Amino acid sequence: MKQLIAGAALALMSLTGTAMAEDYPDRPVMMMVSYGAGGATDFQARIVTMTAGNEDALGMPIAIINKPGAGGRVGWNWFATQADNDGYTLAAYNVPHFIAQSIKGGVSYSTDSFEPIANWGADPAVFVVAKDSPFNSMADVVAYATENPGKLTFSGAGLFVGHHIAALQIEKASGVKMAYIPTKGGGAAAMKAVIAGEVLGGVNNLSDAFRAREAGNVKILGVADLERSAFLPDVPTMMEQGLDVDNSSVNFRGVMVPKGTPQEVIDRLAATVPEMFANGRVAKKMKAGGSPMHIMTREEVKEMWAQRQATLEELLQGL
Amino acid sequence: MEFIYYFGDVFAPMSFLLLLIGTIGGLILGATPGLSPTMAVALLIPFTFQLEATQGLILLGAAYTSTVAGGAVSAILLKIPGAPANIATTLDGHTMAQRGEGAKALQLSFLSSAVGGIFGVFLLIFLTPVLAQWALAFGPSHLFWLAILGVTVIGSLDSASVVKGLLSGCIGMWLATIGFDDIMGAQRFIFHPSLGGGINIIAALIGLFAIPQVLTMFAKGRHNKGAEVIKVQKHSIGAAIRELVSRPLALGIGTITGSIIGLIPGVGGQIAGLVAYDQTKKFSSEKEKFGKGHPEGVIAAESANNAMVGPSLVPLLTLSIPGSPTAAVLLGGLLIHGIFPGSDLFDNHPDVAWTFINSMLIGQVLMCLFGLYVAGLAARVAQVPQSVMAAIVLALSVFGAYSVQSSMGDVYVMACLGLMMYFLERFGFSAAPLVLGLILGPIAESNFIQGSMIANATDGRSAYFFGGALNMALIAVVLASIAYSVWMELRSRRHTTKEEAQA
Repeated sequence: MKQLIAGAALALMSLTGTAMAEDYPDRPVMMMVSYGAGGATDFQARIVTMTAGNEDALGMPIAIINKPGAGGRVGWNWFATQADNDGYTLAAYNVPHFIAQSIKGGVSYSTDSFEPIANWGADPAVFVVAKDSPFNSMADVVAYATENPGKLTFSGAGLFVGHHIAALQIEKASGVKMAYIPTKGGGAAAMKAVIAGEVLGGVNNLSDAFRAREAGNVKILGVADLERSAFLPDVPTMMEQGLDVDNSSVNFRGVMVPKGTPQEVIDRLAATVPEMFANGRVAKKMKAGGSPMHIMTREEVKEMWAQRQATLEELLQGL
Repeated sequence: MEFIYYFGDVFAPMSFLLLLIGTIGGLILGATPGLSPTMAVALLIPFTFQLEATQGLILLGAAYTSTVAGGAVSAILLKIPGAPANIATTLDGHTMAQRGEGAKALQLSFLSSAVGGIFGVFLLIFLTPVLAQWALAFGPSHLFWLAILGVTVIGSLDSASVVKGLLSGCIGMWLATIGFDDIMGAQRFIFHPSLGGGINIIAALIGLFAIPQVLTMFAKGRHNKGAEVIKVQKHSIGAAIRELVSRPLALGIGTITGSIIGLIPGVGGQIAGLVAYDQTKKFSSEKEKFGKGHPEGVIAAESANNAMVGPSLVPLLTLSIPGSPTAAVLLGGLLIHGIFPGSDLFDNHPDVAWTFINSMLIGQVLMCLFGLYVAGLAARVAQVPQSVMAAIVLALSVFGAYSVQSSMGDVYVMACLGLMMYFLERFGFSAAPLVLGLILGPIAESNFIQGSMIANATDGRSAYFFGGALNMALIAVVLASIAYSVWMELRSRRHTTKEEAQA
């Protein structure tokens, strides 16, 4: 209902003429999330934008609308081709998902279609196994895969998402063939496959894996990031275990606007939004939910996008 | 018995007020076309930011139970199933409403929802650890066979002819292939941008059920209304209770099927109602009455879809894995307060866990009382002149299809499917098997592909899909279901030829 009211308000406002950039924003702002309600991206987007209405932030609330489908492609296609570039329509991005999809083709966006504003979170991929699994480190996993080439089944949420990238990197670094099983139904379905013993292991989000470990269902063998996570200080990174896997698969989440948005609006957002993310209430809620935060400014995000573009192009070559 | 200790918390003034708001609000949201239980719960999440964990979950739990039951209202009165769970309710419920028995249909649906719902929540309370193992037992090969079991139902569901039923099922399965394939990443039949995400099931439901009906109403024109005024019969609640008690078979099959199937992550909620409906029809002594406004159809479908609510939360509460979209939204509601489902929930926050479960129990009762109270009034909707009704249903359809994901693309999809269904109905096809194909196609496909990938990496396809007790049991049920349909078809044919010979 809230979305509809916000939508109606937007429609009404746009009739009364476009606002000047100085007054921006003078009406509620919409933010598109290309995953369903209740997913990790949606959940975090709602938390980090909850203080947008404060005077020291935008002074106007941000309403979330969900456009899920095809692993995020539906939402980002809409955002690149149909969204207004007046600064009143924002979107959440997921890197490496949208960059990998654009390299693979079949979509109407690339990194050039969007202007980043700020990054709020970084959720690394981790390797999980069921709690009664014989594997206790990545070395055990690689040893099994070397003895049984192509027989080590491990799950992840679909193709060309962070999990898939991590899977490709693990295979490349260890030099052995494994069987990556993409699941329909996101990370939750991939996690269920691991706990139920349908597969021998799996790549999953750090936040979900942390929760599953708290519930006593899984062991976490390695983190696909440059440093250990504050949530899991006892779990070594892939690099520490001798696998050359960097942070390319880390799921970065942040805010962006479509290309062509007025520069003044971008500057205003780029200055305000990171501070909005740094709000104490936001940090508390994010920590409570087990969602790692990682605030980055517009310049830092731009650099990160360019870096990812280069690594992913190389990794996905010939796939 | 720990749950009884926390009953007091549900009746604290603030909690009980929230429970009332959740229940009544949930019924209204559930009765609104296009607002599925998942969306209704998602809309309420921001309100729980300000509440304590327990209170927030009371609101969400009450809203979840009553939106599922509320979906029956639009299914019965307007023939718009609010969610896949209510498809089977339209088959007999709407026919009853057209005969003027809307009040009776609504009363039966609320009563059987409450019976099924309370049974489901009791399962959640007493058998959670056992049920959690059962939920995990279903791997890709089992889900594949389960979907095939669903396919065997298609031919006999709400269709005069088995061939036409199967044909509509095939159309549904083809429609289900449209969009991006999540597992292999291929693009299939995306000939218009609005099809990029595939066909949204809720938009499809509205189009396939409501639009042909609107077109038929418009086609009749507004001059013959004198002949069409429906007398809405009054129906006492006592009579509804007696009716329910006199049909224990439908109630029992509905409740048990709903609880068992509702437990299976990712599949249960969508097909529990239809499977329960079909099973009740097969075991009933009055088979021929189904689809023509038989109360047993409503009882089976509604007891099944509410019985599913409790068990569907088992994987979430014990294993921290959301088994359905609604459970995923509830997970967000828990996380926002820093509570992790799983052992943490029951060991460290028993007050939250049990108050939440108790609120669903009390919510069922409140939902039933409130529903019975308004059933008589709501049934008068059938008296609205057809021309006005057609306009209202059309407006609600457009609103419903748009609000699913704020997308005009879904409205176009709804309109196209509706127009197609209008003509198909003229040729004796019906919407229910088509929708079943649309739901089962992706389940069968993705689980087959995923199962094959696992099988190829391990011990081969035949061992994977045909090995193990659960696989064999499911295959046996599939074969029994096919054999039963063939036998019924042959018997009815012999019957008709004999009658023809005598005539």
